[in-house]
Amino acid sequence: MTMEQMDILLNGDEAAAWAAKDVHVDVVAAYPITPQTIVVEKFSEFVANGIVQTEFVSVESEHSALSACVGAAAAGARAFTATAANGLQLMNEILYIASSLRQPIVMAIANRAPSGPINIHNDHTDAMNVRDAGWIMLFAENTQEVYDTIIQAYKIAEDPNVLLPVMVCYDGFLISHTAERIKVFKDPKDVAEFLGGPRKIPKIELMGKEVELSLNPENPLPLTFGPLDLYDYYFEHKRQQSEAMQHAYAVIEKVNEEYAKFSGRKYGNGRVVPYRLDDAEIAIVLMGSTAGTARYVIDELRDEGIKIGELRVRSFRPFPYMDLERYLKNVKVVGVFDRAQDQGMQGGPLFLETRAALYDLASHPKVVNFVFGLGGRDMPPELLRTTMDELIAIKEGKKPVFNRKYIGVRE
Amino acid sequence: MIEQKWRPNLFELAKKPSLFTSGHRLCSGCAAGTIVRMVMMALPNPKRTIIANATGCLEVASTIFPYTAWKLPWIHNAFENAAATASGIEAAFKALKRKGLWKKDIPDIIAFGGDGGTYDIGLQALSGAIERGHDFTWILYDNEAYMNTGIQRSGSTPFAAATTTSPAGKVIPGKMEWKKPIGFIIAAHMNAYVATANPFYWQDLMKKVRKAVLYKGPSFLHVISTCNRGWRFDPSQSMIVSKLATDTCLHPLWEFDPETRTYSLTDRSLYIAKHPDQKLPVERYLETQGRFRHLFKPERRDDLIKEIQERVDKEWEYLLKLTGFS
Ligand SMILES: Cc1ncc(C[n+]2csc(CCOP(=O)(O)OP(=O)(O)O)c2C)c(N)n1
Ligand code: SF4
Ligand SMILES: [Mg+2]
Repeated sequence: MTMEQMDILLNGDEAAAWAAKDVHVDVVAAYPITPQTIVVEKFSEFVANGIVQTEFVSVESEHSALSACVGAAAAGARAFTATAANGLQLMNEILYIASSLRQPIVMAIANRAPSGPINIHNDHTDAMNVRDAGWIMLFAENTQEVYDTIIQAYKIAEDPNVLLPVMVCYDGFLISHTAERIKVFKDPKDVAEFLGGPRKIPKIELMGKEVELSLNPENPLPLTFGPLDLYDYYFEHKRQQSEAMQHAYAVIEKVNEEYAKFSGRKYGNGRVVPYRLDDAEIAIVLMGSTAGTARYVIDELRDEGIKIGELRVRSFRPFPYMDLERYLKNVKVVGVFDRAQDQGMQGGPLFLETRAALYDLASHPKVVNFVFGLGGRDMPPELLRTTMDELIAIKEGKKPVFNRKYIGVRE
Repeated sequence: MIEQKWRPNLFELAKKPSLFTSGHRLCSGCAAGTIVRMVMMALPNPKRTIIANATGCLEVASTIFPYTAWKLPWIHNAFENAAATASGIEAAFKALKRKGLWKKDIPDIIAFGGDGGTYDIGLQALSGAIERGHDFTWILYDNEAYMNTGIQRSGSTPFAAATTTSPAGKVIPGKMEWKKPIGFIIAAHMNAYVATANPFYWQDLMKKVRKAVLYKGPSFLHVISTCNRGWRFDPSQSMIVSKLATDTCLHPLWEFDPETRTYSLTDRSLYIAKHPDQKLPVERYLETQGRFRHLFKPERRDDLIKEIQERVDKEWEYLLKLTGFS
C-alpha cells in the first residue's frame, strides 16, 4: 500500500535536505559549497526550528565533514553530508576510509565541475574523480528522484550484506537550483517505517561474545576501528569490500522494488532505466538530467520512424554491466554521453566502462563517445539531435566510426 | 574556577586493570606508552570512554590487525582528522540521547595526537572542534618530530634540533625556527581547559587528565613525550630526559582555566618559580640528546646554546608574568 503523500515545490538541494529530514538522520556534518549550499541552509532551518532532533555539526572543512560523519556512524548514528566538486576532492582521503570502515554514510553531491579553472556549474567530473573510492554512486535525473534516492540510499547502505557509503549525485544548478513540484511523504514516520526504524547495527561473534559493530562502550568487548592493516590481512579486507559492492547490485534492485510499493515510484530496475529500447537499433547511454532532454529528442526521432532508445545509468557504482549487456544486445550503434573529462584516455569514463561491458556481445555494436557540457555548457535538444543524426549515419554506414567527439565546444 | 580534588594514589592505581595492554610495538623506552597508561589510569569513567587516535607512532604501534592494545572502544580515521572524528562521535551520542536511543550518560571522548597531528596537519580540524565547543579531551603526546615516518621536522621540533629534514649540516645547524607555542594558541580559543604535563611528574599529569576529562567542553593537554629513537639517547634515560625538559623550563608545567581566564603554574614549575635557583641551564637538557650533538661537537656552539637559553629565559619570564609571579 502506498503511503500518503503531498505535493510540494522544492529544488534539488531542498529535496535532498527534505529527504534527510524525513529520514531524521542523527548527525549532519557539512560545509557549504555552491551548488550544494541550499542543502546545508535548508537543513539548518529544520534544526533551528526544532523540526528535527539531529545534531548539526558546522565543520570547518569538507575533510572534517566526512571525518565527523565517519566518527558519528562508527558511534552508531545515521550520518548525512553533502558537497560538490572541490569539497568532494578535499574529502578524497576520507572517502576511501569511510568505505573501508564500512560506514553506511549517505552524501548528496550537487555535481559541479572541479577547479581549475574555477567554475561553479555542472559536470560530472567531480564524481568521476572518486569513482574508485568504494562508494555506491547513484545518479538522479530530477528533483523527485533526488528525494526518493536519498531515502533509498540509507536502506541500501545499511543492508547487512552491503554496509557501504552511498553518494546520491544530481546535476548542479540544473537540478539543485530548479524548483519542481514533487511528492513527499506526509508523515515522516512512514519513512522511518520503510527504513525499519532507527539504524540497526549488525552484530558479530567475536571471541565467543556477541559484539555490536560500533564504538558502543557497552559492548562486551570494546572494538578497535581502523587499525594498521598490512600485507597479511589488507588484501582479504579489500576483497570483502569488493564483495559488498557486488551484493549491492541485488540490494539496489530490491530496495527500488520495496520503495515502489511504498511510494508508487520506481526507477527502472534501480540500476538502469531503459526507454524505448525494445526494438531499438540505436541506443544512447547517459546519466543525470540530460536524460530527460534526450527522451524528448528520441520521441521526435521515433515519430520519424527511427528506432532509437535510451538507457539511463542510475547506479554508476556498482557499474551495471549486466544490464547494459541485456538491454543493448540487439542494438547496432551505441552513443555514450560523458559529462566528464577524458584526460589521456580513449574517451570519458562512462564510455570506457560501457564499451568494456559490451565487448563480449556477439552482436558487437559500434560504441562511440560524446563528451559534452563541461563546466555547465548547455545541451539543448537541437545539439543532442545533431549527435543522434551522427549515430543514425553511422548505423547506415554513411559516416566513419569515431572514438570520441567533443560537442557544443568552439573548434 | 575548575575544581578537581582527585589525587592519584599509587596503591589504588596499582589495582586498576590496564586498559592499554602490553604487547604493543612502541620502542622500548618510548614515553608515549607511559603517557597513555597514565591517562588510562586517570580516566574518571573508564567504562564509558571512547578513544580517537590520529595516525602516528602510537596508532601504528598499538594496533596491527588482528591485534589491538586497546581495551576501550577506539577509532583511527586519518592523520589530520582525529578532532573531527571526535566531534562526530560526540554529536552522535548527543543526538541519540536526545532521541531516547541512548539512555546512559554521553561517553567521555579522548583524542590522542602526535605533534604532527596537532601543530601541523591536524591544527585546522582541532581548532574547528575547539571553537565548536565539543566536549572532548585532546591529548598531544609531543615527541617533537614526525617519528612514524622517520624523524622529520615538525612545527614542534625545537630550535637547533637535527631531524632528517632539518639535518645539522656544514652551513645550517639543524632546525632554524622556534617551536610553535601550541598551548597558548589553543588557550587563545578561550573556551578550553589547557594544560601542559610531563610523565616524570606523573601526579600532576594524572590530576590534569582527570580535570580535563571532567571539564564540560573542550580540553587540551600538551604532554612532552620523549623519543629515544628520534632524540638519540639510551632508552633507559627516557624519564631522566623528560624530567630535564621541565627542570630547565623548556617544557614548564602550567594550566589555563577558561572560566577565570587565568594561567597558573603547577608542580615542579611552581616550585621553580618560588625557588629560581632550582632552574637548570638548558645545556643540561641539550647535552643528553644526539639531536643536539652538533651544539657540542666537533666545536662547541656557545652562540647557539646562548640563543636557546635567552629564548627560554624570555618565555619563562613571560609565563611568570602570566601567572602573577613578576
Ligand atoms: C595526509 C597524510 N600525510 C602524511 C602521512 C604520513 N604520516 C604518517 S604518520 C606521520 C607523522 C606523524 O607524526 P606525529 O603526529 O608527530 O606522530 P609521531 O609519529 O611522531 O608519534 C606522517 C607524516 C599520512 N599518514 N597522512
Ligand atoms: S620512534 Fe620514538 S615515538 Fe615512535 S615508538 Fe619509537 S620511541 Fe616512541
Ligand atoms: Mg611526533
